Amino acid sequence: MTLAFDLILCLMIIGTAASALLMRNALAAIVFFIVFGNLLGLAWLAMDAVNVAMAEIAIGAGVTGVLLILARQRLMALGDDLVCDEMPGWLRAGALVACAGFAALVGAAVLSVAPSDDLGGPIAALMPSLGIENPVTGVLLAFRAYDTLLETFVLLGALVAVWSLAPGTAWPHPPATLALTEREGHGVAAAFGRLLLPLALVMAAYLVWTGSDLPGGAFQAGTVLAGGLIIAVIGGAVLWPRGDNRLLRVALVLGPAVFLTIGLAGIALGRFLFYPPGFEKALIVAIEYSLALSIGVTLALQLAGPPVTPDHKG
Amino acid sequence: MSPLDLLVAAPLAFMIAALLSGPWGRWWLLAAIPVMAGLTVWLLLLPEGSGHVVGGWTLPLGVQLRADGVAQLMVAATAVCAAIVGLYALHEFAPGADRSETAHGFAFWPLFYLLWGGANAGFLTTDLFNLYIALEMVSLAAVAMAAMGSLRAALRYFVIALVGSLAYLLGVALLFSNYATVDLTLLAEMARPDLATKTALAVMTAGLLIKAAVFPLHGWLPPAHAAAPAPASALLSAIVVKVGFVILLRLWFEAFPAIIAPAGLELLGWLGALAVLYGSVQAIRQDTLKALVAYSTVAQIGYLLLAFPLVATAAGTGGAWAGMTIHATAHMLAKAAMFLAAGLMLKAVNGHHLKDLHGLARAMPLTVAAFGLAAVSLMGLPPSAGFLAKFLLLEAAVEQGAVFAAAVLLVGGLLAAVYLFKPLAWAFAGSDTPVVVAKAPLRTAAPLALALLAVSLGFAGQAMVDITAGSPWAGPPATEAEDVQ
Repeated sequence: MTLAFDLILCLMIIGTAASALLMRNALAAIVFFIVFGNLLGLAWLAMDAVNVAMAEIAIGAGVTGVLLILARQRLMALGDDLVCDEMPGWLRAGALVACAGFAALVGAAVLSVAPSDDLGGPIAALMPSLGIENPVTGVLLAFRAYDTLLETFVLLGALVAVWSLAPGTAWPHPPATLALTEREGHGVAAAFGRLLLPLALVMAAYLVWTGSDLPGGAFQAGTVLAGGLIIAVIGGAVLWPRGDNRLLRVALVLGPAVFLTIGLAGIALGRFLFYPPGFEKALIVAIEYSLALSIGVTLALQLAGPPVTPDHKG
Repeated sequence: MSPLDLLVAAPLAFMIAALLSGPWGRWWLLAAIPVMAGLTVWLLLLPEGSGHVVGGWTLPLGVQLRADGVAQLMVAATAVCAAIVGLYALHEFAPGADRSETAHGFAFWPLFYLLWGGANAGFLTTDLFNLYIALEMVSLAAVAMAAMGSLRAALRYFVIALVGSLAYLLGVALLFSNYATVDLTLLAEMARPDLATKTALAVMTAGLLIKAAVFPLHGWLPPAHAAAPAPASALLSAIVVKVGFVILLRLWFEAFPAIIAPAGLELLGWLGALAVLYGSVQAIRQDTLKALVAYSTVAQIGYLLLAFPLVATAAGTGGAWAGMTIHATAHMLAKAAMFLAAGLMLKAVNGHHLKDLHGLARAMPLTVAAFGLAAVSLMGLPPSAGFLAKFLLLEAAVEQGAVFAAAVLLVGGLLAAVYLFKPLAWAFAGSDTPVVVAKAPLRTAAPLALALLAVSLGFAGQAMVDITAGSPWAGPPATEAEDVQ
């Protein structure tokens, strides 16, 4: 990419970040934050980090944006004042100096590191044995599969943590519905939701499949799926399930369970998380498809929040 | 086949089982206890130098798991604590009256296994990024458990713990770009005292001091630990803070001992001394029982940091090294016992304050006895494991002429006696309360078993000292002769 493009991108990133911080109106600040996330994704693209770019746009801008909008909506329903109080000047100045000092220290430390290829060489040497070409998938599902396995359980645990916040009378009812209440918006949202969910399913399936050789994979696919589910719920095409729904529980644990089972089966052939030669790609794709489904459902339900008592309007 | 990965995989499998079993999820504990006990015994019996890389992917790319002395001791203590606390929790986190799930009764069990698996993962790995994920597993479960008591305290804990996690992750990223590996054993060979390494070490240490609730970054601990339900408090104070401590140990003594300045160790030692004094004084000032026990955790964590300069100056293992690791183990058992006993006592009197305990010793003698026995270990009275730990530390301090550390060890013990005698004095005051028979024998036995173990482990002192010196990594390398002098 050209220098001019990079410079303009940098200025826009800093500009949107500053706007998001300085806006007094919460909704405007959230919108700038979402734009900021998308621009950051472009910056990753400009650095050829396509996987990171996808994750940044999907999670950083998309999911986090929806989460912030929902949080704002719920705070307003509680009648909270969404404009923050004026901070004393000395506190602002102090925070600015401290942050600037810390940023300078970290910046100096980062710049002092000589650029190198890191682990690119060893990874490239090992990739052919896996039968896939995307090195990011190789790292996530093979070389560092142990990390990824534990991460999937963190995600599952996060949903259980959200559920544990349910008030005593609310469990195991579904979370508050996101469906629009105004009549005219409802038709559009309903039609859009019906259209987008199957599209998201196809897109997710494609992202997992292509993730073996090109950027993509279970996490991106799961986020797309979650997005489709949320739009469908907003449109009223899908209803949130109850927390004790058997099928839902199976969908949630499917990915982690398949991953763990394949890992444990590896013990019979040698060691934990060992893929038998020749079956690497098949096992990785199986893990990724089940993970994508579980991640999609888990993320969507995390956004939905804890269950509420049935007569409660979220 | 190896217990190193099964000790992590088994709790995660039970987490899935608990999620799928609905209202019956809690009963998986009866299967989990024998499985985990077997795996722990297997870990303790592993030949010296056991370790392997996960999935056969070699370093610097893969993740290495290893059974050294610290890991063996901490995994075993965690298994004992988690098993007994779990048995105690069977009653508290149960389905509702009509066999239907309740939010807490259902959610506790998956989180419990996540915490157990995360703690084991953290003790057994040598990979700094893998340690980050272990830290996240444990912190997430801990925050959710704290939220079962007080949402406000849990939110505060959550935000502060996130800052700690991010600081740690920033350090890991810096180290990776600098050395192209995040494995401790490789970093130990390559460590250079450059700016990036020092910055990484500083931010990671700051993050871990938050996670381990070391003074002055302890502010989140007392409200969160005091408000949570008793089994949750026990797990938080016994296990969760130790994970941060063990990672700190790995960083300072295994990965970067070569580039650490004595001033840094002195600073940690000072923080530890202040934590002992401040935590004890705060504990004395509390008039609610669980807040007192929570501040006691702040003080007891202080001893672990106080030992850092002593460990670094001592030659090799033994002495201060054994004292520090045994203290961590003893605190695990004693503090879990104390929180469980406190939970039973407060439930019986339906109050929170020390004065509510008036005459309780006659009403529930076994529970008050468990509290007293746990107090014996926390104060460092013989023959408890707490005594053995403090004795080893004191001996090392005297040998090295560290007068201040020795004074803090002695004063800390006295202060602990002051704050722990307060609730006991209330419990033994008056004689008109009738004796009541324990209604739930299992819940009465749980704190008693943990406290008895904390006290009687002092008799197994030599065995524990031997375990802490277990290879492949038997503690900080023996320093050169000039440092010892």
